Amino acid sequence: MTDTLDPRTGGPTGPRPIIESTVSSQEQMRYIGQQAADARLNVEIETEGMTLNMGPQHPATHGTLRLVAKLDGEQVVSAEPIMGYMHRGYEKLTEVRTYPQVTTLVNRIDWLGSFANEVPFILAAEQLMEIEAPPRAKWIRTILFELSRISNIALFLGDMGVQLGAVTPVFLAFRDREFVLNQVEAVTGGRFHPNFDRIGGLKDDLPAGWIEETKAVMVKMRAFCDELETLLMGNEIFQARCRGIGVIPPAVAQEYGLSGANLRASGVDWDMRRDNNYGMAYDECDWKVWTHPDGDSYARYWVRLQETREATYIVDQLLDSMPSGPIMAKVPRIIKVPAGEAYVATENPLGAMGYYIVSQGELTPFRVKIRSASFSNMSVSPWVLKGVFVPDIITILASLYFILGDIDR
Amino acid sequence: MAEDTATTEAPAEEETDEEVAAPEPDPARDAALAMLTELLGDAIVESHIEPGRDLWVRVQRDAWVESIQTARDSLRCYWIDFLSAIDWMPSPYGREMEAEQDWIIHGRDIKETPAMESGVAGGETRFQVFARVYSIENNLGITFKADLPDDDLRIETLLRTYAGINWHEREAWEMFGIHFDGHPDLRALYLPSGFEGNPMRKDFPLLARRVKPWPGIVDVEQMPEVESPGDDAPSEEGGEA
Repeated sequence: MTDTLDPRTGGPTGPRPIIESTVSSQEQMRYIGQQAADARLNVEIETEGMTLNMGPQHPATHGTLRLVAKLDGEQVVSAEPIMGYMHRGYEKLTEVRTYPQVTTLVNRIDWLGSFANEVPFILAAEQLMEIEAPPRAKWIRTILFELSRISNIALFLGDMGVQLGAVTPVFLAFRDREFVLNQVEAVTGGRFHPNFDRIGGLKDDLPAGWIEETKAVMVKMRAFCDELETLLMGNEIFQARCRGIGVIPPAVAQEYGLSGANLRASGVDWDMRRDNNYGMAYDECDWKVWTHPDGDSYARYWVRLQETREATYIVDQLLDSMPSGPIMAKVPRIIKVPAGEAYVATENPLGAMGYYIVSQGELTPFRVKIRSASFSNMSVSPWVLKGVFVPDIITILASLYFILGDIDR
Repeated sequence: MAEDTATTEAPAEEETDEEVAAPEPDPARDAALAMLTELLGDAIVESHIEPGRDLWVRVQRDAWVESIQTARDSLRCYWIDFLSAIDWMPSPYGREMEAEQDWIIHGRDIKETPAMESGVAGGETRFQVFARVYSIENNLGITFKADLPDDDLRIETLLRTYAGINWHEREAWEMFGIHFDGHPDLRALYLPSGFEGNPMRKDFPLLARRVKPWPGIVDVEQMPEVESPGDDAPSEEGGEA
């Protein structure tokens, strides 16, 4: 065993030694010291930073988000998302649509959980009109709301695996999500854009046999959650790539307006379904808000998975306790919303989504401010991406879970 | 002194509603408003409480940052919901009834622009900035508003209070042309860099509506004429066609 080290590699010269027998601990320390010295040298050399452009067409961006990251070696010095490739101007368009027509537009904001987009708008309009939907409509609304959560988050649960190189989960997600979408389609006629919520109630009642079918689907979705819990969350590589990556402390999360699972994964126990349950039926069932203290990518995945499973229990309970009765309150044929302002937000799949409606007593809203969850959730990305390594960008973006339509509106 | 603005405002609003909803007290929002009034004094111009629902506070422009900071520190409103603006000017284009289709339905004289109205908690000028902060502990949201004079559309940035306000202010800047003093990075967020105009202003025309009549308007206005049973159609619709 020679004492000299190869100046090029920093390792021992000659034929590769067998580690246990030949490398003494002293030599090993010297080797590590040499590596560290090399690393310091690399830092001290003034290198020109590299700018990495991800997107607008990038598989990790769920649409057309562009990310410009300035790198130093493998490390991100600063990263900034550039949006607007999908800005559709919904706030302006709502000013020339009547209230019932607005739901068609807002369906397309978060296109994976589209029914959930309609609900806060309808609730805000109902609040201004002093109308309350009958109980059965509230129940069905809540069920469809949770179904869109399940179908939306199920895709996240699989997609996160794909971003990290595990291809199987996404096939499971697409397979099982389809069962939920079938149920949504059976009621509303649309898989992605139901346009089913109406001021004062719902367009239609449930079809025959739907309750039993949905219960069977909920069993399947619970099995899906279990499967992913063992397949992906138990995976060592998955944990290594997620644990401790992209930690967002609770104070930062609140300052940036994070909401939904992103906020709960930072340990903030706040769910609008429990704390600010306006016009929905969540009080009628027994469920739990899941939080995780870590605030890292793994916590965000964990919280979403628990929430999906919890949502299936909410749906089950609501299906059991469904009241009978009308599905539509008495609403004038031509809807004119009285003058006033109302803000209603709900706990959408992606987080808090709200509509601030300014009405001046016309057929159309005077101004609608759409508060979408992904916009605020992504606004933290320049903060959280600073200092991470390039492969972790993907992990963090995937775990923050945004839908481009929800950012750009 | 603390609650005078609220108590004078609230009954006037509630009078028109049914008696059931009117006397509903809201101690949490009353207390929050009292605390803000005590701490801010004259900075609060007007306020309004919708019992059980929401609290609006309109403050003077110079006290914008101070009042929101006070709400954050004293009422623990650590969660920023959104910031945006309202253009209170009635749109000179109405609902863009320029197309022939619209003339048939409405007649030509529909475009009389009404007088400018303001919303909850009042307002004197055309542009109003509003922001909503939320206290997760108290489960209480407050909507702050501030008027901007027409000739000086500036307001101080909230960046030092909430770092997350960055994108919201950039959006309000490009959509309404409101300048946020002290914001280091006022660049377009959504619009391409060479874009001229502020699309969310009411006098910015919606071009799609000008070049093509909108078929949707027919559904809205003509249905009661076709099958009007007389009892459920509002009477004011009948006079227009």
